Amino acid sequence: MPTAPKTHSQLFLNGLLNENPIFRLALSMCPAVGLSTTVINGLLLGVAVLFVQVFSSCTISLIKNFIHPRIRIPTYTLTIATWVTVIDLVLAAYVPVAYKAMGIFVRLIVAFAIITMRLEVFACKHDLAASFWDGMGMGVGFLFGMTTLGAIREMLGMGSFLGYDVLGFRPLLFFVLPAAGFFTVGFMMAIFNYVETISRRRKRGGRNA
Amino acid sequence: MPNSLQMPTDARISLADNLRRLGAISLFIWVFFFWGCRTEHPYVQNAVFKDNQEIVVTFSGPVDEAWANNRANFSVYEKAAPDIVADLQAAALSSDKKKLSLRLAEPMNRENPHTVILKEILAGGKSLGTASLTVAKPYIGTLVSILIGAMIIQNFVFSKYLGLCVFFGTSRKKSTAVGMGITFTTVIAFSSILSWALYQFVLKPFRLDYLQVVVFIGLVSLTVQGVDTIMRKVNPKLFKAFGVYLVLVIANCIIIAVPLTLAQNEYNLSESLMLALGAGLGFLIALFLMSSVRERIEFANIPQSFRGLPIAFIVAGLFALSFMGFSGMSLF
Repeated sequence: MPTAPKTHSQLFLNGLLNENPIFRLALSMCPAVGLSTTVINGLLLGVAVLFVQVFSSCTISLIKNFIHPRIRIPTYTLTIATWVTVIDLVLAAYVPVAYKAMGIFVRLIVAFAIITMRLEVFACKHDLAASFWDGMGMGVGFLFGMTTLGAIREMLGMGSFLGYDVLGFRPLLFFVLPAAGFFTVGFMMAIFNYVETISRRRKRGGRNA
Repeated sequence: MPNSLQMPTDARISLADNLRRLGAISLFIWVFFFWGCRTEHPYVQNAVFKDNQEIVVTFSGPVDEAWANNRANFSVYEKAAPDIVADLQAAALSSDKKKLSLRLAEPMNRENPHTVILKEILAGGKSLGTASLTVAKPYIGTLVSILIGAMIIQNFVFSKYLGLCVFFGTSRKKSTAVGMGITFTTVIAFSSILSWALYQFVLKPFRLDYLQVVVFIGLVSLTVQGVDTIMRKVNPKLFKAFGVYLVLVIANCIIIAVPLTLAQNEYNLSESLMLALGAGLGFLIALFLMSSVRERIEFANIPQSFRGLPIAFIVAGLFALSFMGFSGMSLF
């Protein structure tokens, strides 16, 4: 990436919007489909991923000079696994009910492509502060994606938000079904694409006029 | 090197040979297993569940009717809970006096093995001693239901929503899909057996359960690296065909989900192997189905914003809906 060094706020916004892990990069789709039935699930897993992403980015950024290039991927994996174990034990101890609802997904954070990818692309080449903000951006972007999906599905499926009854009726029970996760993600991606085409067209039109 | 031209046929023969050898070994294990499964008493041939409330005991010769009709001679309980003796409703002997059916007052859970005690078996007026029998579901049934369960009923992609990154990445063409599926099945079988062994013999005895994630992911990377090295040396042609997919295997959540599941459920070796094979083959099935559809979607006229991933997600959603039809199905 031969680009000029970005400011920290740019790094943060990049993860949140331009390179949103769920809607733009289409990485880490498993929890986006499987666990986005309610807002609270999305929120908790998002926080877990944020934690793992930020701490792994910082760790790798600190020790990047001591890693032999040939074993860098196993090093990343083990670093992530360590932080996943930490958050796994913390969640199991402090929010046991929600932890049970999330099931195996917390441990599966270790296999999420987004974290490894950020370590490989960003953290191993930048200093601590930049890596921290990149990790924050990606983590918050993931959190944002998960909560949006969760909000849409909970609203449409159960007519509620964060467990509180908002609409008073259930518009489309279909969205509670696990399979609806695929549809929601598909439609959200299509909307993102559509907005992008429109804005690009408008920009081009503006230049011509 | 002129020799390298003959590589593919050689490789295929040796692969088929190896498969045959593997088949022979597994057959041997099965036969051994079934011999080991026979009942303990010499006069009793076998004891099986007939339905939820009935156990049928087959003797190798006729027994006395008076003995068989006395319910006090028999007791049935779950093997794990010997204190809770089930109520016998009736005991009946078949006309050739070789089959004894014990009817219970309440249905039992056939998932758990039961123990049947036959006190002082009388045949032709002679006492043959007390027999204690274990009645269990045929083990092969359990194994097949784990395999089919992981493959279709609880398909990892369409019912558990795992491994989606790789699933959407490699389902664009049929050839890629099949290559990925085969590579994945191989690696997951190896790594699951390794993880099972490590969990049972190291992690559990030393109470290191909390290290599961670290250890399993390390093992998976090791297996991938090992398969990579071995294949590169032993069969370069095969490596050329499947090597690209090896890197992707580690980015697949299923490969870490399977060891975690089998550690959680305390599966034994053959059950673990079945789960791993089921997961791998299920992934292969899912990839194949998806790639068949996506190859045709290429030519369809779909709205601009839906092209590429969005429509793939919607197709996957339709597949997931149809796979929901399998839920709750049980084979044995």
